[in-house]
Amino acid sequence: MPVAFQIALFLACLRVVRRFIVDSFLRSTRPSRKEQIMGKIMLLILAQQRLFAGEKVDSTLVPSIFAPESVPAHSIAHLADFVLAITGVIFVVVASLLVYAVVRFRRRADDDDTEPAQIYGSGPVEAAWTIVPILIVVVLTLTTARVIHEIQDARQPAGALEVQVIGHQWWWEFRYPRLGIVTANELHVPVSRGEVRRPTFLDLRSADVVHSFWVPRLAGKTDLIPNKINSMWIEPERIGLFLGQCAKYCGTQHAKMLLRVYVDTPEDFDRWVREQEKTAEKDPSVAAGRLVFEQTACINCHVIKGTVANGRFGPDLTHLMSRDTLASGALSNSPQELRAWIKSPDQCKPGALMPAMNLKDADLDLLVGYLTTLK
Amino acid sequence: MNGTAKTNEMSGALPLVSIAAPDKNVLDHIHAWLVTVDHKKLGLMYIMYGLFFFVVAGIEVGLIRIQLAVPNNHFLTPQVFNQLFTMHGTTMVFLVGMPLIFGFANYLVPLMIGARDLAFPRLNAFGFWLSVFGGLLLYFSFIGGEGMTGAGSAPDVGWFAYAPLTGRAFSKGHSTDYWTLGIMVGGFGSIATAANIITTILCMRCPGMTLTKMPLLVWLNLIMCGMVLVTISPLTAAQIMLLLDRFVGSHFFDTQAGGSATLWMHFFWIFGHPEVYILVIPAFAIASEVIPVFSRKAIFGYPVMVGATIAIAFVSMSVWAHHMFTIGMTSTGNTFFVVSTMMISVPTGIKIFNWLGTMWGGKLRFDTPMLFGIAFVFHLLIMGLTGVMLAAAPFNWQLNDSYFVIAHFHYVLVGAIVFMIFGGIYYWFPKATGRLLNERLGKWHFWLFLIGFHLTFDTMHIPGVLGMPRRIYTYEAGRGWEILNLICTLGMAVQSVATLVFVWNIVSSIFKGRRAGADPWDAWTLEWATSSPPPEYNFAEIPIVKSRRPLWDIKHPTDPDWKYE
Repeated sequence: MPVAFQIALFLACLRVVRRFIVDSFLRSTRPSRKEQIMGKIMLLILAQQRLFAGEKVDSTLVPSIFAPESVPAHSIAHLADFVLAITGVIFVVVASLLVYAVVRFRRRADDDDTEPAQIYGSGPVEAAWTIVPILIVVVLTLTTARVIHEIQDARQPAGALEVQVIGHQWWWEFRYPRLGIVTANELHVPVSRGEVRRPTFLDLRSADVVHSFWVPRLAGKTDLIPNKINSMWIEPERIGLFLGQCAKYCGTQHAKMLLRVYVDTPEDFDRWVREQEKTAEKDPSVAAGRLVFEQTACINCHVIKGTVANGRFGPDLTHLMSRDTLASGALSNSPQELRAWIKSPDQCKPGALMPAMNLKDADLDLLVGYLTTLK
Repeated sequence: MNGTAKTNEMSGALPLVSIAAPDKNVLDHIHAWLVTVDHKKLGLMYIMYGLFFFVVAGIEVGLIRIQLAVPNNHFLTPQVFNQLFTMHGTTMVFLVGMPLIFGFANYLVPLMIGARDLAFPRLNAFGFWLSVFGGLLLYFSFIGGEGMTGAGSAPDVGWFAYAPLTGRAFSKGHSTDYWTLGIMVGGFGSIATAANIITTILCMRCPGMTLTKMPLLVWLNLIMCGMVLVTISPLTAAQIMLLLDRFVGSHFFDTQAGGSATLWMHFFWIFGHPEVYILVIPAFAIASEVIPVFSRKAIFGYPVMVGATIAIAFVSMSVWAHHMFTIGMTSTGNTFFVVSTMMISVPTGIKIFNWLGTMWGGKLRFDTPMLFGIAFVFHLLIMGLTGVMLAAAPFNWQLNDSYFVIAHFHYVLVGAIVFMIFGGIYYWFPKATGRLLNERLGKWHFWLFLIGFHLTFDTMHIPGVLGMPRRIYTYEAGRGWEILNLICTLGMAVQSVATLVFVWNIVSSIFKGRRAGADPWDAWTLEWATSSPPPEYNFAEIPIVKSRRPLWDIKHPTDPDWKYE
């Protein structure tokens, strides 16, 4: 049965029995050879799963916690390996005892109906199965405490990038205070590799209810809580797109509060920063569309730098076209979907807080024409 | 009538025997159930109430699983999906779990300690009806929750209802009010019943039954009720604060006015974590009766079992913030809760080992209750181990609020609690009705439920590891979650079939089941010393016991337990 096979293989990929106690105390940030092999096996399984579903394979978009590409995510995966190894051994031992007891001590067909010997307990045996678990718990606790300290108490190095993440119902606001950039839903950070470590430190706030920032391949999740500033950090070691989403139930569209983190080469990142620093272009060919924008309530909630629009409830639209998605990943960023979204947000993302402006079709076309120039 | 009763009283016989009127019609029967203060009738009503809502919550989750079977599904709107998972969770904990455990405690505790009823029979009825009306109030939200604003009907804030989502600003209409009032009313019922059971156990044991000679089930229910008293109170306090916020304009959780979102989390989980143990300890209690009887051996390490349960009760009160590892506590705070959470696995492990020790060297009979008991031990093991994974805070930063957590706590709530409650129903059904449940249907029920359970919940760990958060009404294709979710849904279907078999078994066995007699399992505790079903006064003569297994002593006069205890 392929499904059972798949699950079995996947469990193998959890590397349950991969390493034992000692070497998991030694954290390495680079994937070992074994890890690379196991990673490939997992990609194979996922590929096979895609074939099942009859879809194209892109396993890099599977946000698995066992395919870490960032320093804190690596530390966690190592700890996870260690915990899985220990619990795996306990499982095998205790489950075997249970199976043995059930088979060995079942009542036989030729049973003589006498009662078995009554045993009420045993001091030494009880002591043994109390002390051994205590020892295991001590080891697990110490290892865990070490990783907590390593991740949570990490100092912010001088070259680190700082980003403010603000959770809204149901989208993400990213502000780069040192660079003066504001964007939404798609976070760009530089890769950290070689001699120059460039981690990104995020400070997390919420504009309304509790959210949680979770990109499994980059780090564990941290909540965004109103009236509380939390922090976390990532240090991605490979370029590419990493998917995540809000992990704390935050209302109607919790499911469509998707996160995309683009890890760029230092050059690409610098280029992206220069683009984002600019104010919006004033293309005279779409002046009519800009007028529609400026005369509609759009400006109450959105910012477009260089125009009168300075609202803070919705995403900054200054460089809208530099993003791949709309409505926090609910739609892809094409003129058609942009038009559908403006026309009726509630159809595209039921419950979304952006109101429909009831624009005439002609105005809608002008507006979309204007927005598509915001590169 | 009055005269007869009086004569009976005077002659010293029990008056209840002669009052059974011959010509009762249906209305009389219903009336008798509605006004009863008999612990057995109330216990059975608790259990029926729990099973009814078990089916309701099952239907809710059936809809949820259909919605999640394929990516980008439009079977449910997000609003309805959010209401369904809120109602499913709330129902399962407050309207299924609590009534079922109180039902068992109500029915069994007086019988097992040789008493004629609980200490306060009227308070008992009061507690039951409060629970019922709490449940009805919650479900009335489907009709009355819209309020003036036309906002959603049933509550959609999740079963732990994090602030400030429950505030006026984010939850319009009255759905959240029904949620908080329903739980508060039910909570008062739970407190009343818990106090009642504690008093009964401490004051009404039959002669000879010292605390150390109580059946384990009684001990564990005593501990459970103590936990109810301690932990329902902070929940009620939090609900009152929330009501003040919503109606009077106070700012406990109103973050826009400087209130605290984490305050609610602390209050809720100080209740919420021990609540898991409140529900699972009665399952431990049932296992501690079923496993010895079907292994034909005394429970292994009785004092250690009691001690381990008390340890669990105490430690479980200091682990709540392991539900909150992601809220940005200090590393010291996180480490404290790692230590306390890991510690709780020690007494839990001890219990598993003691059940194994009970089976070891026995002669195991695989009747349906025992099958559920063995599955219970197996699931408890797995749930404990995934619990250790979640206790490792950094690992938890990944797994928290993912499908892995859902799989983990369903292993507790279904794999351990529901399995053992099924086992308990198969075990005590003959006592309550005088008829055995059908063994053949019982085996079908067990195996189908086991297969369905593992299909759903084993699989469900994996999407969590692959980054699927809980409480999302839909997901995109291409994340590696599709097939896994489909398997979960299939497993759910199998579990539904198993539940239908169970319901059919109950209905048909009530009328056609094999006659049980007083002691069908050849068991050892006092409830099997009286007839099936027991008379209203339980025991014509209050029994006198000398050991933990009084019926063993009677059955084996040459080798009684009291020689060894």
